[in-house]
Amino acid sequence: MGVERVLRHSAWICWKDLLEFSRSKMRVVMLVLMPLFMMVMVGFIFPTGSTIKDQPVALANQDLAVNNVSMGDAFVAQLNAVNAETGILKLSNATGFDDIKAMIQDGKISGGIIIPSNFTADILAGKQGTITIMTDQSNPQTSMMVETVLTEVVDQLGTQIAMTNLNRTYNISLAEAPAVLNPYSVHQTGIVPGNPNYFEFVAPGIMAMVVMMSLMTGLPHAISYEKDMGTLDGMLVSPTSRWAIILGKVLAQTTRGLIQGFIILLLSVVLFGVVIHGSILLVVLLIFLTVFGFVGLGILITSFADKEETATMVMMTLMFPMMFLSGVFFPIQQMPSFMQTLANFLPLTYAASAMRKVMVLGAGMGAILTDVLVLFVFGAVMLTIAVPMFKRAMNR
Amino acid sequence: MSDVAISAVDLTKKFGDFTAVDHVSFEVKKGEIMGLLGPNGAGKSTAIRMLSTLSLPSGGKATVAGFDVVKQDAKVREHVGLVSEKMIMYDELTARENLKLFGKLYDIPTDVLDKRIGKLLEFVRMEQWADHRIDTFSTGMKQRINVIRALVNQPEILFLDEPTLGLDPQSTAEIRELVRRINIENGTTIILTTHMMIEADMLCDRIGIMDHGKIVALDTSANLKKRITGTDTTLFEFEIPNLTQGIVSSVKSLGSVKSVTQDDPTHVKVSSAGADSFDVLIDTFRKDGAQIRTVRNLEPTLEDVFLHITGHEVRDSVSKPSTPAHRGGPNGFRPKNRVR
Ligand SMILES: Nc1ncnc2c1ncn2[C@@H]1O[C@H](COP(=O)(O)OP(=O)(O)OP(=O)(O)O)[C@@H](O)[C@H]1O
Ligand SMILES: [Mg+2]
Repeated sequence: MGVERVLRHSAWICWKDLLEFSRSKMRVVMLVLMPLFMMVMVGFIFPTGSTIKDQPVALANQDLAVNNVSMGDAFVAQLNAVNAETGILKLSNATGFDDIKAMIQDGKISGGIIIPSNFTADILAGKQGTITIMTDQSNPQTSMMVETVLTEVVDQLGTQIAMTNLNRTYNISLAEAPAVLNPYSVHQTGIVPGNPNYFEFVAPGIMAMVVMMSLMTGLPHAISYEKDMGTLDGMLVSPTSRWAIILGKVLAQTTRGLIQGFIILLLSVVLFGVVIHGSILLVVLLIFLTVFGFVGLGILITSFADKEETATMVMMTLMFPMMFLSGVFFPIQQMPSFMQTLANFLPLTYAASAMRKVMVLGAGMGAILTDVLVLFVFGAVMLTIAVPMFKRAMNR
Repeated sequence: MSDVAISAVDLTKKFGDFTAVDHVSFEVKKGEIMGLLGPNGAGKSTAIRMLSTLSLPSGGKATVAGFDVVKQDAKVREHVGLVSEKMIMYDELTARENLKLFGKLYDIPTDVLDKRIGKLLEFVRMEQWADHRIDTFSTGMKQRINVIRALVNQPEILFLDEPTLGLDPQSTAEIRELVRRINIENGTTIILTTHMMIEADMLCDRIGIMDHGKIVALDTSANLKKRITGTDTTLFEFEIPNLTQGIVSSVKSLGSVKSVTQDDPTHVKVSSAGADSFDVLIDTFRKDGAQIRTVRNLEPTLEDVFLHITGHEVRDSVSKPSTPAHRGGPNGFRPKNRVR
């Protein structure tokens, strides 16, 4: 059977699949909603620094003023000023240690601050003023955040007082004082403009994942569904080749994956403020490479799954580890080392990483060569295994 | 050119160690309509799937339209059409789109195909529904489209697997009429399976009765009926209010009796040979104390023949203890419904 004929038939089968798809409102709606849900979901459930807000913290100011000067009040004022900007804390009043302890145990607050009665006296006497920070040990995540914020406020206040002291005692100008206090300062900058944003991390990975899913789940599902419905027999009894059938389905699924990929791209740019720094052409090329990488695996699953249920089960078993271990949602570098090793064997890792490098970091072909090569080799190997398996499975 | 459209020699299909079709041999002449009757699980669909190249035979040989179903499967496919138990149609597509897709898989040029689709729609009086989606049709309308779908490639041979399954009496009559017209107007050879005896009787030139994977009888309807009635064989129906198993078995054991079937607790049909057969039967009943209320002399129906040949045992029933072990199959009990 000629190649041209296979292609022609597969185009008709693809036409049929897409027509069927476009006529089902439910499926079209899901096509758009699925990526939207996924982006929103992952965007909100994974905490980033800026997402912690209004943590209830109690403050006990026991400081006794000396000559009407209260360093404690100054500290509270400074704390309020910083908090007004960041909104991280929600401050309330407490009387002391026992009061705060009870409130933490009741779950009313996630931390407390105690300014001792001799705070001003100590500072005026040239000693260190000690502030006690109490945290809720049952919630390490929040207590770490609260601790960080409070430490920073204490630090800033201390620096300010120190600068005033330097100025007063040693006559060092306020402009020079920071250099005397802290000879080293850290300046942080990314290689592309803008602040890092979680969506920038996750959007490229989700794009790769959706393309993978459309081939790994869409393809076996499409074939086994037609098998169950009996419509596959209609194609098999016609003189068309089995390759035209699978190719037609691959084309239809790829189109679906591409549409979904672009919806994600659009959503992340328009709704989630992602800036694409790399070449769109390279992104498209990567999408096609991802298709190539997973098409073999999709066909392989199809040949094993003779019923829709079996197909779904096999897919799920393969998909979940891929989704969570390939660095789509969490950076691989944060995983335990054996998981990292495992991740290196998953092709989605390479697809997601290449997509991220191009989209977020503006990398060129040179920087993603390894990823591209791995995907290509994986795709080729899978196809070599899948083609004879599929032939056998479809062989009546 | 030979006048044989289909020939099967020892055609066999095994699923594991279960034999679904067991050394079946037959021939179908060009232009003939052959019916396949048989209890559930007899192997009718499996036989049709092998002949239409969907299933690879485990043994034997079959040629369809002069081509070997194994070695020349591509050639066979060009010459056959299939209406299977499940409808081969896409619900979200219109009738025309469905026909177009399948036509294109046979490489029919667009202009020829468009004309042919028009003619086929006209043939089943569905022109005005051509651009409506399949899922808006009634089952009868769907089946009409499903049948002409199998005709897009103008097949010489048409396989119809229970084409009237799940249809109301009107649609059933319509499909039967359609089958007859396809056969007469195009000279199409047809193999048709059915569970309706009347259908087979009405449509088929010859009827094959399948049981346990074998064709146990293959002849014209008239000849099959002669097996229970003939020049010296007669079919009687007795109404006996006090009928017992004992009475039935003593009648069965008579040498002149060819078949005994019991439809309900008080009626028994007996086919018996010999000039004195009636006297012998009456004597036997009287001896066993049966009180005969009525006796009728029956014209045998195909159903009588069918039950005579295949017996009363319920097929494909997992709970039936008399069911041979091999007969379960993976989908032993399979309530059947027209799908979609
Ligand atoms: N793919 C298969 N794998 C295993 N067993 C099968 C398969 N297809 C059919 N069988 C078994 O082969 C036997 C014959 O099935 P077939 O469908 O040919 O019967 P049939 O005569 O068409 O019955 P029905 O009147 O119910 O349509 C059944 O017992 C069935 O369970
Ligand atoms: Mg059947």
